[in-house]
Amino acid sequence: MGVKAEPWQTAEIAGPKKALLILKPEVVVAMVKRAKHPILVVGHLAAEDYSDDVKMIDYAIRMSKTAKIPVVATAHMTTEFIKRGFQPTAWMSAMDIGNRLQDSEWKGLDGKGPYDLALFMGLPYYMEFVILSALKHFSINLKTISLDRFYNPHATWSFPNLSVKDWNESFKTILNKLGEK
Amino acid sequence: MKVKELKTDVALVKDLELSVGRIFEETWTEPVGPTPFPSITDLREWDFKLLQRYKPFYLPFCDVCCLCTFGKCDLSGDKRGACGLNMAAQQSRIVLLACCIGAATHTAHARHLVEHLIEKYGRNCHIDVGGVSVEVEAPVTRLVCGIKPKTLKDLEDALDYCEEQVTHLLSATHTGQEGSNLDFESKVLHAGMVDQVGMEIADMAQISAYGLPKGDPEAALTEIGWGVADVSKPVILVIGHNVPSAVGIIDYLTEKGMYNAVEVVGICCTAIDMTRYSPSMAKIVGPISWQLRYIRSGLPDLIVVDEQCIRADALVEAQKIKAPVIASSPKNCLGLKNRTESPAEEIISDMVEGKVPGVLILDPEKVGEVAVETVMAVAPKRKKFTVIPKIEEIIKAAKECTQCNECMRACPNNLPIPEAMKAAAKGDLNPFAEILENCVGCARCDSACPNDFPLHSFAIKAGQKSLIEEKFKIRVGRGAIQDIEIREVGGPIVLGEIPGVVALVGCANYPRGGKEVAEIAEEFAKRRFIVVATGCAAMSIAMVKDEEGKTLYEKYPGSFEAGGILNVGSCVSNPHIAGAAIKIASIFAKRKLRANYEEIADYILNRVGAVGVAWGAMSQKAASIASGFWRLGVPVIVGPHGSKYRRMLLGRKDKEEDWQVYDARTGDKIYAGPAPEHLFTTAETKEEAMVMIAKLCMRPNDTTRGRAIKLTHYIDLHKRLYGIMPDDIHLFVRNKADVPITMKDEILKILKEKGWKERRIPDPTLLPRLIRKRKGE
Repeated sequence: MGVKAEPWQTAEIAGPKKALLILKPEVVVAMVKRAKHPILVVGHLAAEDYSDDVKMIDYAIRMSKTAKIPVVATAHMTTEFIKRGFQPTAWMSAMDIGNRLQDSEWKGLDGKGPYDLALFMGLPYYMEFVILSALKHFSINLKTISLDRFYNPHATWSFPNLSVKDWNESFKTILNKLGEK
Repeated sequence: MKVKELKTDVALVKDLELSVGRIFEETWTEPVGPTPFPSITDLREWDFKLLQRYKPFYLPFCDVCCLCTFGKCDLSGDKRGACGLNMAAQQSRIVLLACCIGAATHTAHARHLVEHLIEKYGRNCHIDVGGVSVEVEAPVTRLVCGIKPKTLKDLEDALDYCEEQVTHLLSATHTGQEGSNLDFESKVLHAGMVDQVGMEIADMAQISAYGLPKGDPEAALTEIGWGVADVSKPVILVIGHNVPSAVGIIDYLTEKGMYNAVEVVGICCTAIDMTRYSPSMAKIVGPISWQLRYIRSGLPDLIVVDEQCIRADALVEAQKIKAPVIASSPKNCLGLKNRTESPAEEIISDMVEGKVPGVLILDPEKVGEVAVETVMAVAPKRKKFTVIPKIEEIIKAAKECTQCNECMRACPNNLPIPEAMKAAAKGDLNPFAEILENCVGCARCDSACPNDFPLHSFAIKAGQKSLIEEKFKIRVGRGAIQDIEIREVGGPIVLGEIPGVVALVGCANYPRGGKEVAEIAEEFAKRRFIVVATGCAAMSIAMVKDEEGKTLYEKYPGSFEAGGILNVGSCVSNPHIAGAAIKIASIFAKRKLRANYEEIADYILNRVGAVGVAWGAMSQKAASIASGFWRLGVPVIVGPHGSKYRRMLLGRKDKEEDWQVYDARTGDKIYAGPAPEHLFTTAETKEEAMVMIAKLCMRPNDTTRGRAIKLTHYIDLHKRLYGIMPDDIHLFVRNKADVPITMKDEILKILKEKGWKERRIPDPTLLPRLIRKRKGE
């Protein structure tokens, strides 16, 4: 596993405040378990990357079911979830969910108030970059995790740039430790 | 005039001072509206109404400000910089800077063009953009400035205004000036409005003086594509946006009877405008992103650049293929020696003999002569010298590739170049050919490669076969929308029976190639929307053929009618689109136009279902063009790269209080539903854009029949592309007559589940002064 906190798109430099590296998948497990009101945002690339037999969307579904995290599908991702027999909790544009998450008065999809942890995967790198930046600067009490296999520096926590193999292993560990049966 | 003391029968006046500003010849009988030549604060109240509903969602691209020597200042979270500015204000300040750059660019473009045309055709050259078919010749200028320009000299007054406004706006971004993000946003909208005036002036001037198509729905078809030039002839490539130099070339060729001797091809908006000038002689290579692939191929024997969207390394790239460059704009001199005053023969000789890599010539007629005579002599010497590598060279390089991924990490679209190198090492160039399909032509991969491999050239070589076959038909830019067309479609648009006007505009920074723009255009033309296009988007629409070999411009009418696909023209033709919306208010609805900005914008926001889509928006000009539409109440969707504009203007459909309008009939404030839901947003995929377009065409004023038609398109697209019914139908159904008949049972069930209640359809306005009868009257 690489350990450098380097943005995947070389020039997308952030700072002074940058994402902490997820060096062990257990960090994600701990964050999810500690969260009182988490949410998972899944972009359209989740159905495309990273190879024919490994799709992020499948991990998203398994994670949602295991940890009981509501899923927001962005763009046209509902079709992919429905194809897999999974109904996301909501679907809206990435900008809309970003805009709502930064609003500390938003009641959430379930009416229970603001979320405390937002996990992101499958958005174009640069879109996720700016949305995470908005949340870093303007959301109160929200932690964010980038679950893509690229370091996204505006998140609170992010994987470093990983190989598909390492990313796969990390996700398997996360699901396992979250109690997937 | 000063008078120290004036005694009259009725008064004694001391220290009288009189000053007279502009004097306009007044023949326009329409009374002047409330905001002629509005200052940067005159429309602030309107802006705040928009911003109250469509609140800025800031997406900081950078955590710091580095614009003064206090900095860098860390603005993260709730910190403030040394000047006191916070992150929200800094983001809006950067947006304003971008829009000022855009507005200044179009205004300066217009100024150079008007000055040149006045010099050539005289100050009294008549403005004519469509004869009797276009009586409202300058809808934006009339609306904003309150003047009705008749000759080129009248345009100077409007240009003076634009220049003054851009200066004020730019000054507001100085350290220690504006401190409120919302006031920055209001100024952004002002910059956009000024930009529309600047663009309209530029296009009016060139249509009138050069005789470009005057609102012609059947403007000629011409050729577009990498393969359109007869490369056995000398080839002149023009790049940029301001057409006089290209006109100079065409005129010289015509004058000398040489029009068959040289190929004149263009990239970007100069190409569009020169085909408007001469559809038979000029050809279009492609949008902005085609620059490197065409230059490196060695096909151009001489390159003429004017202004805007030209690669800064055009001269460097041209030198590699031994093609001389003529720079022809004071804004883009490329470090070349100014030879405007040198005899043409000397300049030609210096370039042909290779004594200089290029020259600066600030005289379009001279550019014409020098370009043609130079290319005739240079072409036989160059023999189409190219820097595109041979296949063996690519394979050799690929074998040396260390798979460091730097190319992919530099690529805006994260294209799998390392994988293509792996395949190339085995002799398979197909993955590189696929990369070219989605490539924006930036060549950041080349710069990033530690081995200095020209990766973009590898992709060009791999895709060369399909590039050569790239030959399409595009209808040349028609210019304005005719008044008669507005009369015919104004009613159906306002009532909602024509479901919307979709404007595909902007640059070519596409996430997955230009074909997506063509797909969007055809989807909505088939659905009987009106599709209008400008600039690179208009080109991309042309660059797809059906199974019969026809392009969309050959398949769909070029008139402003349901199911039409119109190439309006270049970037500076965008105000014809805004102008069509304005003319619906003025010609169809007979609202007063002159200097009556708020009322017309209020009309458009509430009644005209128009949406702008800038799928590949890249530039600051695209930002200012978009902001000109926002102030008029026209929402804009950008492609995913547009998220880097740092700020969206988003409505919140879950907040009922944000969607209150006045019913102009009664003065009641009532809920009108989230229509249009956003003023500026990013779509992640073309599927999302399509669903969003259909949704953003809804307006509070839609009749029940119109709303049912619009809902049908929204629901149908949503079901097809998202695989599910929309979850917000209840917000857009006002009464049962709005429900599309074919989906009645399904929708009524949803409405019941949502606890929906019928509501009134208002005569909607955000302006209290437009209420005809107040309660209690």
